[in-house]
Amino acid sequence: MADNESGYPAYMAESLKKVVETRAERVGKSFTPMNAQQKTDILKNFHPDWKMDEKRELRVGHNKGAQMPHEVVDIIEAHSIIKAENIDLSNIDYDVDVLIIGAGGAGLSAAILAMDSGIEPDKILIVQKLRLGDANSKMSQGGIQAADHPNDSPTIHYLDVIGGGHYSNKPELVEVMVKDGPEVIKWHEELGVLYDKMEDGSMQLAPGGGTSRRRMHSCKDYTGMEITRVLMDEVINREISYVELTSAVEFIKDDKGQVAGAVLYDMDHDDYKIARAKATILATGGFGRLHIQKFETTNHYGSTGDGIIMAYRAGADLLHLDSTQFHPTGSAYPEQIVGQLCTEKLRARGAQPLNIDGELFVYPLETRDVEASALIRECYGKDKGITTPVGMKGVWLDTPLIDIINGEGTIEREFAAMHRNYTKFGIDIRKEPMLVFPTLHYQNGGVEINVRCETNIPGLYAAGEIVGGIHGKNRLMGNSQLDLYVFGKRAGIAAAERAKTIELGELSLKHLDDYEELLKKEGIETDRKSPILLPEYRGKKTLDHQLKLL
Amino acid sequence: MENNVEMVTIHVMGKKHGVPNDLTIMKAMEYAGHQFRRGSGCRGGYCGACATLYRVKGSYKLEGALACQKIVEEGMYIAQIPFNPAEKITYDIEKVRPAVNTMVEHYPELSRCLSCNTCTKACPQDIMVMDYVQASLRGDITQAAKLSFDCLTCGLCAVRCPAEIVPYNAATLARRLYAKYIDGPSKHVIDRAAAVEAGEYDEGIKELMEMDKEPLQKLYENRDVNIHG
Repeated sequence: MADNESGYPAYMAESLKKVVETRAERVGKSFTPMNAQQKTDILKNFHPDWKMDEKRELRVGHNKGAQMPHEVVDIIEAHSIIKAENIDLSNIDYDVDVLIIGAGGAGLSAAILAMDSGIEPDKILIVQKLRLGDANSKMSQGGIQAADHPNDSPTIHYLDVIGGGHYSNKPELVEVMVKDGPEVIKWHEELGVLYDKMEDGSMQLAPGGGTSRRRMHSCKDYTGMEITRVLMDEVINREISYVELTSAVEFIKDDKGQVAGAVLYDMDHDDYKIARAKATILATGGFGRLHIQKFETTNHYGSTGDGIIMAYRAGADLLHLDSTQFHPTGSAYPEQIVGQLCTEKLRARGAQPLNIDGELFVYPLETRDVEASALIRECYGKDKGITTPVGMKGVWLDTPLIDIINGEGTIEREFAAMHRNYTKFGIDIRKEPMLVFPTLHYQNGGVEINVRCETNIPGLYAAGEIVGGIHGKNRLMGNSQLDLYVFGKRAGIAAAERAKTIELGELSLKHLDDYEELLKKEGIETDRKSPILLPEYRGKKTLDHQLKLL
Repeated sequence: MENNVEMVTIHVMGKKHGVPNDLTIMKAMEYAGHQFRRGSGCRGGYCGACATLYRVKGSYKLEGALACQKIVEEGMYIAQIPFNPAEKITYDIEKVRPAVNTMVEHYPELSRCLSCNTCTKACPQDIMVMDYVQASLRGDITQAAKLSFDCLTCGLCAVRCPAEIVPYNAATLARRLYAKYIDGPSKHVIDRAAAVEAGEYDEGIKELMEMDKEPLQKLYENRDVNIHG
């Protein structure tokens, strides 16, 4: 690309010019952070969670009455994709001690720790809807929090997490997360995860929105990818069994009411398999691909919230599903990458959000819910956004500041992924800002657990994004990477312990029939089925003309 | 929108489709009616699930791309490579050491490298693949780790290598050895993990856990924020 060539449409040139003109005077300038009242006000007025007509009350099951987004209620108030009478539970395909559903950061960690806790690798089974490691974990860019720097402590980390989560977090889950943090980083280093370091060998640490210390450890802007890559390699080295393109679709219980495995669906062959297990770990991740309120998402193709409905039909308690995380900065242009993540670390390293006039309008490191609300207000409350050719609105994220503040070459070194991906679509983020708008990022709520990752159903454990309660109603950057490994490891240990002592009874899918009865009792008539397993992006003509012949 | 968009012709596994010219290969395949099971992952250039080979009509050249990161071109013939039957050796990271011959001992086929640079040309991440293969051959594990860092293990280098090397699996070994034994652990991390283990923070956190919301909120709002330096 030539120096003077812009990656943006000509009509945006005037606004871009203002960004350039104001840049020099914005270096080193910040914006006053909001006080508690201002935060409450902006959330109520502009955060998507507060749009009550985008939610409804759940009508079925033991969490009946809970408010959730329509898209989530839709998958809960739905029939199972299988019928109990069609499944032969006497023919067991996999008979294991520990079954792990999902192979992202939490699932992989659980597998390694189950083995460390004495379970033979061939008595552990990881099932994964797509490929090993295909998960949101891999897409984490900016980093992972852990309070290991001398000027920081787990106590300070605790306060950041609980304040950021608006005091709705389960305190005991926050406690173990912040206390296990340094141990997780140590474990990663022992496994050979390549973290960014300073000259003296200490960790290179960055701040994040709502953190009171620099606590973010990173592997360039491929943090999740690097950690996942190492954990996958370790699982394969240990010869822990795994089966890809095989999705769990419902839990199996036994006549004692314990979870005793899962019905699996082979995504290649469209047939089902039976996995019996003495302990089962749910690590299916989040629901970004449900596109709550039609938001674009940063999430992986497989993030369809399967675990929520499987767990609910089996009787697990759900928590905080009324709350969704919208990441402040998703791509708004170019069209090919709309909704994709522009890491918070860009702001941590100096990039500023600017409106159409090139004005900084918010403190760049507010917590995510507040920052996202400020961007929405700028576009839709104050009409100071930039409209894209497809009618979407966004604000500038002034990335050239990063190299100005930290020295030339910083973007290429620390934001290799961002720089590469934008270059492919014609924008050089060293020279021009990004155009951004909030994007659906994280499932704040989910299945309720205790510090041993036990759910309220014996034999069922949960870890990772499927869990609710750790982050309360707003998660801070880098704490989901951390919780994956903290709770993944804990789930592996606890599940292994259980598997050594437990006796399973007769397998049953009666809970599916019971759920059907509940739907009927509440008068819910629908042709919806769940889990949905894959999002639907095919063209309209294809769907209108679809035939199911085989 | 579609009325304003120019269409191009692509061939997915030989089947011809007209698709808007501004879509990525992945979105174009969906537009044409394909629902991915294999071959779609993060959809943002972070996972390597959508490794794709293509050739544009009239050209002899076989090119590699990630389907989520490449915009369609007129006359593209597209085939996805969603799985690669590649050699992956198993090893115990606690026992292997980064010696000068470690890489070749574990992946002897590295020494078959012809220096043809086909791997580098195939890489959708623009990684200098041949250079890190050569560094591995020389026993320069540090260089191999650094040069290969941005690898998404999509497998295109291995598919194209005439010497049948699997560069990305060798690179994973190099990076883990470098991180564990050469770059080494950070002392402050080890120290802090030990302090937590010794119960140093138990009391402070317990105090916060037992606090009522109001004083806790006050403490939070007035906490010392030190994120510079």
